[in-house]
Order: sequence, then structure tokens, then C-alpha cells
Amino acid sequence: MLKYILSRLGQAVIVLLLATIVTFVLVNVAPGDPVITMLQKRADQAQIDRVRRELGLDKPLINQYFDFLTKAIRFDFGNSYSNRIPVMQLIKQAFPVTIKLGLWSLLFAAIFGITVGTLSAVFRGTLIDKFIMLLAIFQISAPAFWFAMMLQIFFGLHLKILPVSGMSHPLWMVLPVTVLGLRYGAMSARLIRTSMLDALSQDYVRTAKAKGVADILVVMKHVLKNASIPIMTMLGGMLRSMLSGAVVVERVFGIQGMGKLAIDAVMSRDINIIQATCLYSAFLFVIINLIVDLTYGLLDPRIRITGGAK
Amino acid sequence: MSIFNRRSQGKDLAERLGAREDELRASTLYRDAWIRLKKNKLALFAFAAIVVIVIIAIFAPLIAPYAPETQDLKNRNQGPSDAHLLGTDSLGRDLLSRIIHGSRVSLMVGIITECIAVPLGVLLGSIAGYYGGKIDAVISRIIETLSSFPFILFAMVLMYVFGTGLVAVFVALGIIGWIGLARLIRGQVIQLKEREFVEAARAAGASDLTIIFKHLIPNCLSTIIVVITLDIPDDIVYEATLSFIGLGVQPPMPSWGSMLAESMKYMRDNPGYAIYPGLALMFLVLMFNTLGDGLRDALDPKLKNL
Repeated sequence: MLKYILSRLGQAVIVLLLATIVTFVLVNVAPGDPVITMLQKRADQAQIDRVRRELGLDKPLINQYFDFLTKAIRFDFGNSYSNRIPVMQLIKQAFPVTIKLGLWSLLFAAIFGITVGTLSAVFRGTLIDKFIMLLAIFQISAPAFWFAMMLQIFFGLHLKILPVSGMSHPLWMVLPVTVLGLRYGAMSARLIRTSMLDALSQDYVRTAKAKGVADILVVMKHVLKNASIPIMTMLGGMLRSMLSGAVVVERVFGIQGMGKLAIDAVMSRDINIIQATCLYSAFLFVIINLIVDLTYGLLDPRIRITGGAK
Repeated sequence: MSIFNRRSQGKDLAERLGAREDELRASTLYRDAWIRLKKNKLALFAFAAIVVIVIIAIFAPLIAPYAPETQDLKNRNQGPSDAHLLGTDSLGRDLLSRIIHGSRVSLMVGIITECIAVPLGVLLGSIAGYYGGKIDAVISRIIETLSSFPFILFAMVLMYVFGTGLVAVFVALGIIGWIGLARLIRGQVIQLKEREFVEAARAAGASDLTIIFKHLIPNCLSTIIVVITLDIPDDIVYEATLSFIGLGVQPPMPSWGSMLAESMKYMRDNPGYAIYPGLALMFLVLMFNTLGDGLRDALDPKLKNL
């Protein structure tokens, strides 16, 4: 198990290092001079040169990269180009909002997906199953931001029972969590149905049923347990795509989270924030993947012995 | 000549067995798949719907009642009427016409993005899977690194690099699109390369390139077809999302995403403006997803979890 953990940790570190390179290269090949953007074209050449020296932008690119890397390891991403606030301070404000939204949505999605997916598998081929799967594919096909707008029109403007946008109303999270939770819940329902059907057709289920174990216990004790690996993969993937989906949902609902921070940064070409949000989410993704992989090891002894060789 | 001979032999055999020739030929993978697909009414309907949408997109200027950019400032944000079936937008432009023209952007994004992503994904995936070792380690780390960014954030940063507009959308989505395909192809090639037909080809003196292009990639074709069908709707949604944020297709070009962005300002007075472009978007995506599901079941039932 220790060897498995170490090899996964090593891979995670390599991927994070590569992520810093990708981020750095992308931001540096982009057209436009960040200093001129920052000084808003009012400055003369001497001033531009001075700021460039202060920011270390006059050094060779490779030195700039190592500066960036050593600071990034200490979570120092410099100041925002547009308002001079330290980037970490902005992230510290935005990140809890996004993670709160993400975790509530994940909870919603997991409960919804597991209940509905299990129902669909147990009643496969019946009208219940067909209805659930039809709803699921509709939900998956509707773009998140459009579905969000439809909820705003119906619950916010038409029924006037929930806030349309902003974060001041006590119920501000209801609509965003519904959008994200239903979407990823529907996706997971489809996968859970498939892996439950696989598990249901196994011999041990027949044995358990033959022994006279109640249907509900068979599902809870045997089927869900054996379908847990694909479900773990899915939960990890879901959390990741949810953080991605949250970007645009935050925009629709005017939520001051990481997504809004990233969109504003790209719009105003604020490269320090762009770099920080990219690395922050890469960091988060790698951690999620690591946790998922390590849980595999815990759930399935075969994986921890072979070191996850597929 | 030999093909002719085999065909006529088949015919002879068919006549002798009293069977129709095409029934005898029905044993190839793709004919089997077609037979299975034909039974899936939903997938066939989706296919027909996509064909209709493609025809509408091609002949958009002939079908749309108005030019998509014609403004009529006296009739702004109108509800549906006889003159404007779905009403007008904030500049008095006909919504139906703009939605019809918007289908061009969505379909183009789906097709051109895949034209960039598929060759990249298939090539890198099969090379990584076939050679293994260091080459595989490098390509696999690249895949892992690129997929460690949230897709939409990565797409936004690429738009920052390439600038906004339709061509930048193609390039950005193409760069992102190959990753998933490469991962799948790599996995399949790793399994396929141990099979006897690859060994036989190698024993017969086939080069690595011949084995990859003539033996391995054709065997992944069903996966590739399914992945393309299921990736096109993703590309379409990504384009709409980027345009919605304001980083994709720029006005006055009609894109469903940028129409929805504009409609947010008028949701109270003109809800139809927010509803109809999204319905079009959802319908197109739904049809591709349904067709993709059907193709997956028909071509490769093993890919259930895709």
C-alpha cells in the first residue's frame, strides 16, 4: 500500500509541475503587454521600463519561470494588475464560496443520482426506468447556463419565490445548487444504473437472493458495495466537472466565486489572477484524483497490490 | 479481378442456398451494427433530425424569413407575432432568423473542432499505447496535465491566448478535444497490440507504422465514431458557453450562446429571447447525444460507461 501511495504522490507532483509550465507558457505567449494593460496606456516608456523591472519582467523567461515557481509554491501570486490587491486575498474570498456551492451541489447530485439510478436499475425496462432515463438525457443536454436562466425566469421572475441573482438573500444558493446538482445527478444516475445492472447480474446476487435475503438488503449490502469503484470514479469526475460547470453558473447568478474571478481576469487580461486560478484549480483537481485513486486502493485490494496497473 | 471472383462466388453460393446476397454479407461488424441501429427508433429519429438541421443550416439564407442582421429599432423585444414567429431581439432583429443562422456556427464548431481533435487524439493515443515505455509516459503525463485544468477554464485561457472569434474557438476546442479520445485509444491499443493479428503482421515483416495505421487504428474505428458523435455536442455547448461569457463568437454574428448572453438583460420583458435559442441548442445537443448513445449500443456494447 505504501508503495502505491508513494507512486501516486510522485505522479501528482510531476503533473503539478507540468501544470505550472503550461500555465506560464500560455500566459507568456499571449499577445499584448501586461504592463501596458496595467498602466492603461497612460504611461511613458521610462515608467513602463520601471514597472517591468519591478515585476521582474525584464529578466529572461526561464528566470521568470523559476521566480514564478518558487513564489507559487509559497502560494504567492503577486498582486492583481488592475487593482493591486494581492491575488491570494482575492482567492481566499472567492474560493470558499465556490467550494460551498460545489459541495452542496455534490451532496444534492450524489443523493439524487444514487436514489434515481438505483431505482432505474431495480425497475429496469419498466415505465419508471424509461421516464427517469428520458429526464436524465434531457437534463444532460440542456446547457447549465441556459437551464439556470430558465429557473431564474420561472422561480425568480414568474413565481417570485426565489432570488434571481446575487448573494444577499438567505436562499441565494437554492437555484445554483439545483442547476448543478440536477445536472450532475442526472449524469451519475445513468452511470449508476449501468454499474448497478452489471452488479445485479453477478452470481453472488443470485446466491444472496436464493438464501432468502430481502431485495433491499441485497441492493444495499452487495450491489452498492460492488458498484462502489465506478461510483467513486464518477464522484471524483463529478466534483471536477462541477467546479468547471460552476464557472458559468456563477456568472449567471452573479456569485462572487472562483469562476467569476477567472472570467473577470481573462476579460481584463490580468495575468497574475489567470495564473493563480489555473494553478489553484489544477491543484484541486490533482488532489481530488489522488484521493480517488487512494480510495480505490482501500476499496479494492487487487489495486493496491498490483500498484494500480491496468 | 479477385474481388469480382469472390463476389460472383458469393452470388453463386447465395443462389445455391436460396438466400439473398446481402444476407450473406451481413456478417461484418458494421452491417451488424447497422442492423442493431435500425431497430433503435430513437437513434434513427435523432439521425434524421440532425440531417434536417444540417440542411437548414446550409440553406439558412433561403429558409430564414429575414436577414439575421437586419435591425428594426421600432419593433424591439417584441413577443411572437405573424411577422416575427418567435418575436424580435433587443435590436428588433427577427429571432427565428437569427436562430436559423446560429445553427451554422454550432454545427461548424462541432465539425471543425473534431477535424482538429480526432487526428491528434488518434495519433497520440495510438503511439502512446503502441510504443509504451518512455513515449507513453511523456504522452500520458501531457494528457494528465492538460486534464488537470477545468475544461472551461482552460478554454477561456486559450481564448485569451488566441483572441476571440470563431477561428480561435475552433483552435481552442480542438486543443482540448483530443485529450479524452487519446486516452481511450491508448487503452484500446494497449489491449489490441497483444492480439494474434498484430503478432502475425509483425512476423510478416510489417513496419510499426503499417501496424498502427493498417491494423490498430482500423480496429478502434467504432470507438472513434462513437466518441466523435458524443464529443460534437460537448463542443457545441463549449462554444455556446464561451460565446455566452463573451469570449467566443462576437456580435453581430448570430451564435446561440451570444444571443443568450444578450437576452439576460431582457429576461423580464422578453423571456422568449432567453427561451428559444436555448431550446434550439438543447434540441441539437439532445439529438447528438441520442444518436451517440444509439451508435455506442450498436457498435460496441462494451463502451457502456463512456
